[in-house]
Order: sequence, then structure tokens, then C-alpha cells
Amino acid sequence: MRKIIALCSCVLLIAVAGCSQPQKPSNKIVLWHWMTDRNDTFQKLAQQYQQETGIEVSIQLFAPSESYSQKVIAAAQANVLPDIYGILDKKSIVADFIKAGLVADLTGAMEADAGNWKNSLFDKALADRRFEAGNTYGVTPGIYGVPIDVTNEQMLYNKKLLAKAGITNPPSNFDEFIKDAQILNRIGITPFVSGWGELWLLDCFASNYAFNVMGEEKIFATYRGEVKYTDPDWLKVFNLFAELRDKKVLMDGIVTKGNKYAEQDFALERAAFSFNGSWSVNVFHEMNPNLEYGVIPPPSMGASHPLKIWGSAGSSFIVNAGSPNKDKAIAFLKWLTAKDQQVVLAKLTKNLPSNKDALSGISSILGEFAKGMDISTHPNIWPLNEDALVSEAFDRGLQSIIIGEKTPQQVSEEVQKVKDRQLVKRH
Amino acid sequence: MNSKAKSAAAFKNNLQNFLFVLPALAIFCVFYIYPFFNMIFLSFHEWRGIGPMHFIGLENYKELLGDKLWWDSIGHAGYITLIALTFQNALAFALALACDREIRMKRFYSVVFFLPPVLSEVVVGLIWSWILNPQVHDGQHIGLLNHLLYSSGLPQLVHNWLGDPDTALTTIAIVNSWKGFGWGFIIMLAGLQTIDKQLYEAAKIDGAGAWKTFTNVTIPMMLPVLLVVVILTILGCMQAFVLILSMVNEGLVNHTDVPVTRILSAMTGTNRFGYACVEAITFGVILVCISFITKKLSDKVKQA
Repeated sequence: MRKIIALCSCVLLIAVAGCSQPQKPSNKIVLWHWMTDRNDTFQKLAQQYQQETGIEVSIQLFAPSESYSQKVIAAAQANVLPDIYGILDKKSIVADFIKAGLVADLTGAMEADAGNWKNSLFDKALADRRFEAGNTYGVTPGIYGVPIDVTNEQMLYNKKLLAKAGITNPPSNFDEFIKDAQILNRIGITPFVSGWGELWLLDCFASNYAFNVMGEEKIFATYRGEVKYTDPDWLKVFNLFAELRDKKVLMDGIVTKGNKYAEQDFALERAAFSFNGSWSVNVFHEMNPNLEYGVIPPPSMGASHPLKIWGSAGSSFIVNAGSPNKDKAIAFLKWLTAKDQQVVLAKLTKNLPSNKDALSGISSILGEFAKGMDISTHPNIWPLNEDALVSEAFDRGLQSIIIGEKTPQQVSEEVQKVKDRQLVKRH
Repeated sequence: MNSKAKSAAAFKNNLQNFLFVLPALAIFCVFYIYPFFNMIFLSFHEWRGIGPMHFIGLENYKELLGDKLWWDSIGHAGYITLIALTFQNALAFALALACDREIRMKRFYSVVFFLPPVLSEVVVGLIWSWILNPQVHDGQHIGLLNHLLYSSGLPQLVHNWLGDPDTALTTIAIVNSWKGFGWGFIIMLAGLQTIDKQLYEAAKIDGAGAWKTFTNVTIPMMLPVLLVVVILTILGCMQAFVLILSMVNEGLVNHTDVPVTRILSAMTGTNRFGYACVEAITFGVILVCISFITKKLSDKVKQA
């Protein structure tokens, strides 16, 4: 009997000890990430950092990103987050993490030495994790993350396929794009592919044109409920997808296609145009190193407002506010985003660096992507975002238009119905 | 031994027994009971996974009652289950009957029929996505099915199977049946092999033909096994989602939504953990009710 009680006590003690979090500062910092393609480079850089400083950085990969996100949320609830991690979610969720005391404010470190660290990074990438005074999330103003690279989504075109169709220059506006698509169709080349089975990418494309058609003020007014989705400008955005469908611009099955398959289609030259992000440079290099392609912003509809593309921090790391190694974690991130390390990251992972000084070391195709940062914007830096349920109805509505199930008018009315319902709920 | 000593011994004995089951009980409480009650607790709250929870009473439940997409998704899961109950199980039973006979290479067939269930759902989904690919490149159909239809002189049947709302769910249901029929096959084959051969001989002596033997011997003897297969099919198909995600990603509008993808969408898409809990609870209740009804019906059939 005594033996049994002793055994149970031991089990209980071990369990309790296992649940507790080490609170003592140490020379080892732990970093969680989700980037399979960058893991080897991170490991190499971590080794270099240990040689230089004596501080061990344990890089721990948890993929795919969906599982990683769930792991971070579970760890946050159990208060067992590592020293450095990333949040792959909307800005409102990042705000919840900050308010829960799980994210360190890096403003002081960023602005030290006359703001050297802050000034070395792309401002738009930094804005992704910056909360301004009076932000709608109720977060104390500050910088709460470090971008390790930047990304944007643009239109890619296959030079060889366009030449085969006798098209010498990529389209400079939407009408030209439609004309080119018809020429491509005539010679049996699928004009356009994108991973619109992933709704965010479809939403991103629509958002680019919403900026082009009505400008950001009207978009935000819609989010506030002051402009309806049945407004003629929103109808223009919905109609654009009907036109893409009617003119047979889109690849068959585009609405259920995952982006990795869309990337495969473009890499294997099954489509002449693709809407994709700067990360795809690495993917195409792996799949088809001989692929000849260029990058342009989505062809503008020529409306009175400038077209904007989504672009910001590609991946950001944040420091656990409760970490006993907080200062060491910040020092490591500062080192990781310094020019030399950023050049290595950009070269080996073919991503756009977050450090402006590291741009000189990138390939010409990444350089074309980098040009897009001037016209980039991102939901994470907008003063407000659309209600998640309305966004879902909006994206599903676009899918309905593409498959010819609903008209733009029907979709606009349905989205507005959801919007009205959510507005009533909010008030 | 006086009564005090007896009761002390009994207490010690009970305590000893309790300590033996304590680890299992603790694991059960931590991983089943606590999450279950926590889910009920969360269902009365608005919560985004992190940060403060807001108590909203029965609001989530009220919203669910009027959520057409949710009830549609239940209907879709029901449709997938119906196809599995009929097409999948009929196929499994027919093949089990065939393999129960003295045929050549029956072990080989048994292994082949059991291959799809042991494959990962993601792999099956990806393989079928390729087979059903609607694209045409350089005048050639990339998808195997459309290629075969076209080259065998049936171009009118070439179709975008997963991109058309009229065919997407049925296509998924058929692939799901292809993936699942092996389980039913193995269970039914095992059931058939337990039927006493003397019953068949007796039926033959009584002059029963193949059909009479099947309806009067095989079916009654197989009823308990068939019931198990039916319940497993219902529970398995109603909860299908990995296959759907790997075939159509986030779905074809809402035509391929099933309850688990809606729950997932509420959690990861719109960050509504409380609402996701309400969906999960409702779905669990529906599954329990279906299992209960199936059990009652089968008891009645057995008695008859």
C-alpha cells in the first residue's frame, strides 16, 4: 500500500514539475516558427550566432502553418510560449495577445541609437506589428514585432507563352489584359491561374481592384457601414469577376484550387498569368529553374484611384513579454534583421529582405517584386477591418460569380444582408 | 476480527482498488470530461481564442438555429452518409460475399480491397484531385478521368467534376465511398466466415435456392455485423472532412461544406470559438440521436 502511495506521489510530482515553466534566465533562447523552406537557413544562422555570442538559439519548426497557429494559441492559454514566436493571424488577434501580456513592446529597442534598427527596416513591414496612438484595438501604442522579410502579391506573366501568342509587352491596363487573354485562349493557352481555393488570395485580388475603383476612404466607409455593398462601385468590383468568367480568362477549377497547385500550373507553363506572392520566386526556382517570367501589378482598371497591392511583413517574430530571456531574444532578432544576415536570408530563401540595405543582394525578379512595395497596403495596417462573417460572405459570393451561379447584383445584395445583420448585432 | 477492524480492512481494500484505477480515471477526466464541460462553458461565451471571454447566454445557440449554412452542411454530410450507406456498403457486401466463396486469389483481392482505407485521406484526396483535374493543356486533358472519357469517344461526359455545384458533392461522396468501402468489406467478410456452414447445407437439403439461402440464412446471421457497419459508416461519414479539404480546399462556395469544416471555419476563419463549440455540441447531439435511433431500429429488426 505504501509503495503504491509513494508511486502515485512520484507520478504526481513529476507531472507537476513537467507543467511548470522554467523562469530562470539562461544562455539558451527558444524560437518557434512554421517556415519549412527557411528552417535550414535559420539553423545555420543560429549556429553562427552561438559562435559569435555564446548564446544558443534553439530553432523549433512546427508545420504546417495551421497546426502552428493552433499550437501558439494553446501555448498562450497555458502560458508556455517560447522566448520568440510568431502569430499567424489577423491584427485583432495580435492585439488580444498583446492585451494578455504575451508580447513585448519593442519600441524602446527599436528607437535606441537614434532609431537605427527601426530605420533599417521597411516601414510598411514594421507597420504590420505597429499600433498607433488611438488604434481601434485598444492597444498601448508601440512596435510589437520584428519583420524578418517582406512580401507582396502581384501579377506574374510567363514571357515565353506571351511571346508564343505574339504579345510583346505585358498588359498595362485591364482592357489590355482581357485582350491578351483572348489571344492566348485562341491558341489554346490558359490565360490565368491563381489559388482561389484559398479565400484570402481571392479576397486580396478583389481588394486590389476595390482600391482602384473607389479608393480607401470609401472602402473603410463600407466597413463602418456608411456605404453599402450594393453601391455601383462595389458592383464594378463584383462585375470584374463576371467579366473574367465570361471572357474565359480563368483556369477551369480555379475556385477550388490550392495555391500550391496554382504555383505548379504556372511553373509548368500551363497558364500565362498568375496572381501570387513574392515567396513564389523560391517555389518556381525549385520547380522549374528555367522558367522565364516577369512581375507587374494587377493591370489597373484605369479608374480615378490608384490600384494598391497587398504587401507588408511576410513573416514576423515577436518576443514573449514574460520570457526571462527577453533582452537576449530582442538582441537575437536585432542581429537576424541586420544587413549581413538579411542578405544571407534573401539569397538562400529567395524572399524579400525586411532590411532595406539588403536589397542590393537580391535577384532581378525579387527586385521587380520589391518595386511593388511603393504601392502596397495591407489589412493589418488599415485603421479598421471588415467583420469576419461579412468577409466570408464576400469571398464566397465571388466564388459564386466565378462559377456562374449568381450574378454580381445578387451577391452584392447577399453580402449587404450579412453586413446589415452584423451591424445590428454590433449595436 | 471486530467490526471496526473489518471496516478498516474494507476501506483499505477499496482505497487500494481505487488507486489502481486512479491513473486511468485522471487521464479520462483531464482529456475527456474537462474538455467536454469546458466546451459547454465556452458555448455561452463570445471568445476569440485568446483574451477575455464575454458571457452572451444563449445567443450562440439562437444564431445557430437560424444559420442556414450550418444546416445545409448537416444536409451535405447526410448526403455523403446516404451514398456510403447504400453504394459503399452494397459494394462492400457484394465483394465480401464474392471473397467468402472458394475463388482463386481471394487473399490477393482481400488485400487490394483493403488498400484504400489504409491510405491517408490527404493522399487519397490529392490522387483524386489529379484524376478529376478539369484542365486542358496543349489540347490534352490533364485529369485522368476526363482524358479517359475523351479518348474513349465520350467527350460529352467530360466535366469539371469538382467545380460544378451539381456534381461536386456527389463526386466527393463517391470518392469517400471508394476510400471507405474496405472497412465494411473486412468486417463483413469476417462476419460471413463465422456463419456455420451447416446452416447452408441444411438450407440446400431443404431445397432452398441461392436467393432463399441468402435472404433466410446469410442476411439474418449477418444482421449484428451489418448493424456495426451501418453505425460505423454513419459516424465516420458524418465526420468526414480531411478528404474534402484536400479535394476542394476551403470549398466550392458552400456546396461542399460539412459540419466539421464549418466548425473549423468558425475557429480558424472567423475566430469564433464560442460559436464553434455550439456547432460541435449540436453536431454531437445529432450523432448521438442518429446512433440511438439506428440501435433501436436494429433491435426491432432483430426481434422481428
